Amino acid sequence: MATPESVTTSGTPILRLENIGKTLGGKRILSDISMDVDKGELKVLIGPSGAGKSTLLQCINYLIPPDEGHIRLEGRVVDASRKSELYAFRQQVGMIFQDFNLFDHLDALSNVSIALRKVRGMSRKAAAERAMAELERVGLANRATLYPAQLSGGQKQRVAIARALAMDPKVMLLDEPTSALDPELVGEVLAVIRDLARGGMTMVMASHQMDFTRALAHEILFMERGSIIERGSPAELLAPGSGTRTADFCSRLTDLCEECS
Amino acid sequence: MFDVDFLVDRVFPSLNAGLWMSVKLIVPSAVFGLLFGVIIGIVRVFGKPWMQRVANAYTALFRGVPLLVQLFILYFGLPNIGIYLEPYAASVLGFILCSAAYNSEYVRGALLSIRQGQLSAAQALGFSTMQTLISIVVPQAVRRALPGCGNEIVYLIKYSSLAYVITCIELTGEAKVLASRTFRFTEVFLVVGAYYLFLVTVASWLLHKVEERFHIPGFGRPRQ
Ligand SMILES: Nc1ncnc2c1ncn2[C@@H]1O[C@H](COP(=O)(O)OP(=O)(O)OP(=O)(O)O)[C@@H](O)[C@H]1O
Ligand SMILES: [Mg+2]
Repeated sequence: MATPESVTTSGTPILRLENIGKTLGGKRILSDISMDVDKGELKVLIGPSGAGKSTLLQCINYLIPPDEGHIRLEGRVVDASRKSELYAFRQQVGMIFQDFNLFDHLDALSNVSIALRKVRGMSRKAAAERAMAELERVGLANRATLYPAQLSGGQKQRVAIARALAMDPKVMLLDEPTSALDPELVGEVLAVIRDLARGGMTMVMASHQMDFTRALAHEILFMERGSIIERGSPAELLAPGSGTRTADFCSRLTDLCEECS
Repeated sequence: MFDVDFLVDRVFPSLNAGLWMSVKLIVPSAVFGLLFGVIIGIVRVFGKPWMQRVANAYTALFRGVPLLVQLFILYFGLPNIGIYLEPYAASVLGFILCSAAYNSEYVRGALLSIRQGQLSAAQALGFSTMQTLISIVVPQAVRRALPGCGNEIVYLIKYSSLAYVITCIELTGEAKVLASRTFRFTEVFLVVGAYYLFLVTVASWLLHKVEERFHIPGFGRPRQ
């Protein structure tokens, strides 16, 4: 099991963001965001709505191309102007969306196997075998033939995770993977992500699941108005009486949750 | 009122010939109308801006001008610029252009209904734009557009009767000729009505089969 201490900080980080900036519709959405993500590390982005967490995650795999700065995967700068390089880069960076975004016309198995076939060029049979193995990993082997419309939210998100894992990503980006779920379904998805973290998957995740973050995050990045204004380990930022913006934000988050439950 | 000999000797033979001509008009028009409709619909949503403008203008033009006027232009107008079309060719061309315009509208609506999120998901997996279109967008759009395009085929069966106006003598044309020779309008046109009903019934049944064949949970109406 990888504990926060066991992460090596030496050598090149798997993923490095250098001074990322983005302006959309004349509005500065991200400014001067830098971070190093080491192998096996889990970084959690926290911050109020509109802080730019989703935009940042989508900048990382060029779904929203950043206007400034560089993104390095294993030390190499991605040249997004070259399509083939961009597509190859994206295959190595898995992404999990808040609202799952499964392909509605494909059953669970095909949702996982389609990229293996169409992007990786694997045979139908090999892709199906691999897809089945990934569905097993997220506990959904017995749902392989069901379509998205027939799956619960938690199951959809687990299929989405299997779909990303099948591509053997070096890094996973997760954008509030449980915030569209009914409370009783959050646990099953977090359990899958926790297993990934313990298995050494490198992840950058936007999340407001504080218990999960406290237990598993190596670093918390607190964002506000497009900038990272605090960063540190959960122990540093969330310690009672630490007086950080993060602790303040999280305590308000907890009050909110207690009110609604 | 029905005179069996008249029906067997005169009505059925000439109407059957007309029916065959109608089928020859309808089938290629339906197939190519659908094909071009899908292509134009895709261009209207995913094309370069100038391509979108051209495709939108095409659709506005062919949906905005009565089909009969389009057929007159194709058959009587084009010879003025040196293009001579047979009545059959002019009719099929007119029908294809018109039904492609309508189908593109159904396809466009279907494409717009596909959530942006699925396109982002495909991109995030490393799909190229073309692969996303072929593997994700088109299979869903076709399913969503199917009921509308099926409707368009049913309309096409009925508006194919306009071909006789530019002297392509199909079902309605044969009926008109026969009826004016014999003055037995009621019998002739009742039978013609039954023929069209038959064509529409067959088409609806086929379309229903196709919809069933491509049915996926979460798309369109639930399977009965
Ligand atoms: N296409 C766009 N054009 C203009 N502004 C945009 C666009 N997309 C996002 N924004 C703005 O960027 C800011 C950051 O949005 P983003 O979705 O990244 O925030 P977030 O931190 O993910 O918030 P949430 O917690 O609500 O998901 C918001 O103020 C939003 O209104
Ligand atoms: Mg967001």
